Amino acid sequence: MNVRKKSADPKGVLTGVHYLDGDYAIAEGALAAGCRFFAGYPITPSTETAERFAERIPMVGGVFIQMEDEIASVAALIGASWAGLKAMTVTSGPGFSLMMENIGLACMMEVPIVIADVQRGGPSTGLPTLTGQGDMQQVKWGSHGDYEIIALSPDSPQECFDLTIKAFNLSEMFRVPVFIMTDECVGHMHEKVVIPPAEEIEIVERKWYEGPKDKYLPYKPDVDLVPFMVKAGDGYRFHTTGLTHDERGYPVINAECQDWCVRHLCDKIRLNADKIIEYKEDETDNAEIVVVSYGITSRVAWKAIQDARKAGIKVGSLRLITIWPFPDKRIEELAGKIKAFVVPEINLGQIKREVERAAKGKVPVYPVSHCGGWVHNPDNILKVIKEAAK
Amino acid sequence: MKPEDRVEGRHPMEEFLRMDRMPHIWCSGCGIGIVVTSFIEALQKSGLDPNKVCVCSGIGCTGRVAGYVKLDSFHTTHGRPVPFATGLKLANPELKVVVFSGDGDIVGIGGNHFIHAARRNMDIVVICVNNFNYAMTGGQVAATTPIGANLSTAPYGNFEYPFNLPYLAEACGATYVARWTCLHIRRVTKSIQEALQKRGFSFIEVITPCVTLYARRNRLGDGLNLLRYYYENSEIRHGADTRTLDIGYQGKIIVGKFVDIEKPTFLDCMNNHLRKVLGDKYQPWGVKS
Repeated sequence: MNVRKKSADPKGVLTGVHYLDGDYAIAEGALAAGCRFFAGYPITPSTETAERFAERIPMVGGVFIQMEDEIASVAALIGASWAGLKAMTVTSGPGFSLMMENIGLACMMEVPIVIADVQRGGPSTGLPTLTGQGDMQQVKWGSHGDYEIIALSPDSPQECFDLTIKAFNLSEMFRVPVFIMTDECVGHMHEKVVIPPAEEIEIVERKWYEGPKDKYLPYKPDVDLVPFMVKAGDGYRFHTTGLTHDERGYPVINAECQDWCVRHLCDKIRLNADKIIEYKEDETDNAEIVVVSYGITSRVAWKAIQDARKAGIKVGSLRLITIWPFPDKRIEELAGKIKAFVVPEINLGQIKREVERAAKGKVPVYPVSHCGGWVHNPDNILKVIKEAAK
Repeated sequence: MKPEDRVEGRHPMEEFLRMDRMPHIWCSGCGIGIVVTSFIEALQKSGLDPNKVCVCSGIGCTGRVAGYVKLDSFHTTHGRPVPFATGLKLANPELKVVVFSGDGDIVGIGGNHFIHAARRNMDIVVICVNNFNYAMTGGQVAATTPIGANLSTAPYGNFEYPFNLPYLAEACGATYVARWTCLHIRRVTKSIQEALQKRGFSFIEVITPCVTLYARRNRLGDGLNLLRYYYENSEIRHGADTRTLDIGYQGKIIVGKFVDIEKPTFLDCMNNHLRKVLGDKYQPWGVKS
């Protein structure tokens, strides 16, 4: 990868040990990562991130603007990103649905932006104040056409902070929207959050183009497939569009260019998946059963895993930190060694589907589904682990 | 010597046009190109550094302007160039940001964004080419279609009240509001120049003929006929009460500059307010020290 790193700008870093909820930790992660533009619209249970950013940014130097809706919020982020700032917004289900249009534009224009989705129960207005994990497929497929994004899932306020920085770094590295897929529980959970000194926080700089002005091609892939970027006002007089386009960014409306353009958008993520994917494993080496979980559910599942181990079952844990791109390879490797997967999640099997796909039928995949409104009772997960181990 | 090497073979505005994208897609007789010419002339006269001028368009015939002007130019999603421009402008206040799009884009699907940007007095210029219909999709009824005009989704004629755009813009807080027909070339140019040189939310409506769809479906003759008709049926009334500016089907079009006031912009308000409340702790944004 062609990556330039530096340490964080101390202006945005609130170094110290704090007691924060996940929503606040996202705002602090963004400020530490160098985010200086936030455009958002209030929606429960995500609003606290916007509130925190609005309170903090005047002393850091940057812009907070409450837009007229979530469509406008993402449009403003893309504009701000083209002007050279790191930009983010935060939302929940209904707002996330509205954002899909311009998420597609951000993918097509290859613009780095970060969006946090503090999930609540859906569909529609659903459960405004209660938790859910029902947007895990929407984040991947919600806008029309083929494209790839990156999505991360934190399980604690500390991870909300850490993964927001990671989200910005990945976003700059790959010129792609990156999503923090948290939920109401993690968003409103208060825990210890350690914010390190600025010099210990590694920040990825945007891939700025430095060649001759008249040779700049906004969509010419570099060796790592990610094109170089410039910003508005620097005299490149570039063009960018949501239409299918060539290396110059000019619209070309035919099947050949569509093939080049869309494969590029997908390949830059798919072929770099190994550099993106992160997960945490526990006792998967000799496991018979592996519990695949993410976000708040991984903390509930941990209790069930421990209980199962006490009952003599060899259970491993695969906690997904990167949800998209999906860790197909690791799932397939494990599938060759274990007896079954168990996938608890607060939806009706959205990630279970992916585990099944990646396991290629080698072993059964047991869902532990929950429609939202609360987290699982660990006993329900334990019951399924026991059934899978039979 | 190749034709493009001869001085007389070059387009006088080619410094500002993406000549490698010509010919453009607009129909002969369409008025959009005339407005682009006015815009470029206004830009040249404004004395602004073209490297600091951005054009944002949405979707539709006029939405294609961003693809032809040789500036930092953004062809965004349908109805969203105004919030896109808001992000650009706020992230780099040195930029002069122009939204160049059609009536369907700006006040149809993008109406909510338009009224809020005007309310905030966002420092952007909005040029709205109004051809009374959705032309790119084949001539459908729009929020600007005069009552009685026939369009493919109003096959028995339009019966909905249309927007009066200058009234809407003024009511929402715009600091500069003008309307012309595209044949008022010098006046359109002057208005765009004034808007470019002004701080605040500026709105210029330009009435243009849609020859292929609106004119043909309503049997209004060719582009030149309709250009002339709009021009000749217009009446210049600077400072007119914007409540009186409704446009009837093939009726009189009141044109002119209706609003030109000074008012602190969004960023002025943000900086002034936060400095007052937070004192020295506040880090001003976009203010040259």
